[in-house]
Amino acid sequence: MLKFEHVSKKYKGGKTAVSNLNLEFKKGEFIVFIGPSGCGKTTTMKMINRLIEPTEGKIFINDEDIMEKDPVKLRREIGYVIQQIGLFPHMTIQENISLVLKLLKWPEEKRKKRAEELLSLVDMTPDYLERYPHELSGGQQQRIGVLRALAADQPLILMDEPFGALDPITRDALQDEFKNLQKKLDKTIVFVTHDMDEALKLADRIVILRDGQLVQCGTPDEILREPADEFVEEFIGKERLVQAKPNITTVEQIMNAHPVTITSDEQLSNAITVMKTNRVDSLLVIDQEGVLEGYIDVEAIDQNRKKAKDVADILIPDTFSVYKDALVRDTIRQILKKGLKYVPVVDEKRHLVGIVTRTSLVDIVYDSIWGDEELERAQ
Amino acid sequence: MDVFSDLITYFTNNGSYVWEQFFRHFLMSAYGVLFAAIVGIPVGILIARYSRLSSVVLSLANVIQTIPALAMLAVLMLVMGLGTNTVVFALFLYSLLPIIKNTYTGIRNVDHTLIESGKAMGMTKWQILRMVEIPLSLSVIMAGLRTALVITIGIATIGTFIGAGGLGDIIMRGTNAQDGTAIILAGAIPTAFMAVIADVLMGWLERSLMPVKKKKQDSNEQEEVTA
Repeated sequence: MLKFEHVSKKYKGGKTAVSNLNLEFKKGEFIVFIGPSGCGKTTTMKMINRLIEPTEGKIFINDEDIMEKDPVKLRREIGYVIQQIGLFPHMTIQENISLVLKLLKWPEEKRKKRAEELLSLVDMTPDYLERYPHELSGGQQQRIGVLRALAADQPLILMDEPFGALDPITRDALQDEFKNLQKKLDKTIVFVTHDMDEALKLADRIVILRDGQLVQCGTPDEILREPADEFVEEFIGKERLVQAKPNITTVEQIMNAHPVTITSDEQLSNAITVMKTNRVDSLLVIDQEGVLEGYIDVEAIDQNRKKAKDVADILIPDTFSVYKDALVRDTIRQILKKGLKYVPVVDEKRHLVGIVTRTSLVDIVYDSIWGDEELERAQ
Repeated sequence: MDVFSDLITYFTNNGSYVWEQFFRHFLMSAYGVLFAAIVGIPVGILIARYSRLSSVVLSLANVIQTIPALAMLAVLMLVMGLGTNTVVFALFLYSLLPIIKNTYTGIRNVDHTLIESGKAMGMTKWQILRMVEIPLSLSVIMAGLRTALVITIGIATIGTFIGAGGLGDIIMRGTNAQDGTAIILAGAIPTAFMAVIADVLMGWLERSLMPVKKKKQDSNEQEEVTA
């Protein structure tokens, strides 16, 4: 969808804003450019719609070299939202929203319909259409700013710190709203910010830039898990790295690797002994190769003691399990939602490799409360 | 109150003459401003684009403004001869500075982010000018026309020296007559009146062209109705 090939931008004074950038993005991706001020993130973004032209290299949109397209036509196919919102004060909300459509020479009636339709996307009533921008709050204005960029159903939208000037509560609401909108409409978004929280919240892929150079490009999880260098670490912030731990640690890292198990061909009496010695009320059942088959618990044994002889007879097969590289974050959610006492952990071939119990969760909580101190002590 | 009653008598006896001169005076000023607008607004837009030209053009217009009106008329008379056209041309020259300057300022002061977002939405240069820059600077441009019109109404009075007519004729007649105070006033008062009216009307026009319209009251009323 969007490709940068050896893109550089040098200004006349010899200052290099962006140097030798190579990136490629898929359709529907939410891409966030982030970095300290002056790192070239806005320049990079503006090169996409040729508000700034690259001095070297090529940028492709859907395999078309943008330098070979008419800039006016190109820009009409790309949505654009800026921090200062930039609504035209002398036009009504409707005129503002449908301006690109007017440039594309849509008939008046269709424009009005489209404006109404868009307004409903952000839960605003059609009576806003006749108002002027200064009658709206900042948050509402930026909603209109976003709608304006969606008006002609452009597949690609550029956003330059669109929520930077809003108060934290409005910003948060708009971020959620916008992320939902993006998923629903399947747009490719290039988003510039210097706010790491915003980037982590919104991005499918984060591109970290410094002094016009690419430092790291990856999903938020990848960046939190493996920051490329000290600069990235510092930019993310220690606090966030610690906080993010449950978000990026995998089940494998926290699980108990020695679950109490029994093979399915054992006798029930053995199972009871195992339970007793290990002081547990249920056992995970595996076969000879260690593949998880299900579980048995005290209740089942109690009910079927007279009839059943083998573990296999009272085995409850449909056990909920997670893969060892699943995120702890998701696992916790499922444990809490389903009210489970434990979750067995398996590898790709369903070999039982461990277990996550509520005790493991308690350990995480301890870690995140007192982990900081340990971290400091370790340093 | 002799002067006052004389004045009334003059107006009643010469009403149509005064009206004729009033109208003639106004037309001279209006034409001067009109032509200056036709030239000045595009020049203002041009120098707002190429700011290197701006200092040259603005200082030239400034120089014109500093020439005393009487001297200007005299010099122009040498070239263009007597008559209304010469006066209109002089008024044209005097109107240039306020019009060019205000157009330049108006266009220059349009919020840069608006121009950029227009550009980024795919407007051509012409569309940016027509849909963004001019509407947003219209009230400032109008303020220039307003200043120009008030100035020209004042200057047009000396058009009488080169036989252009207008209310200046009546004033001149008063200065030549014995005890001509009433006649001088009969020319001066309508001139002042015209300038004030022009100022008020243009001011109103200027406000109505403000880009940000004050519609707040309307919407408040609506809310009250729905409530």
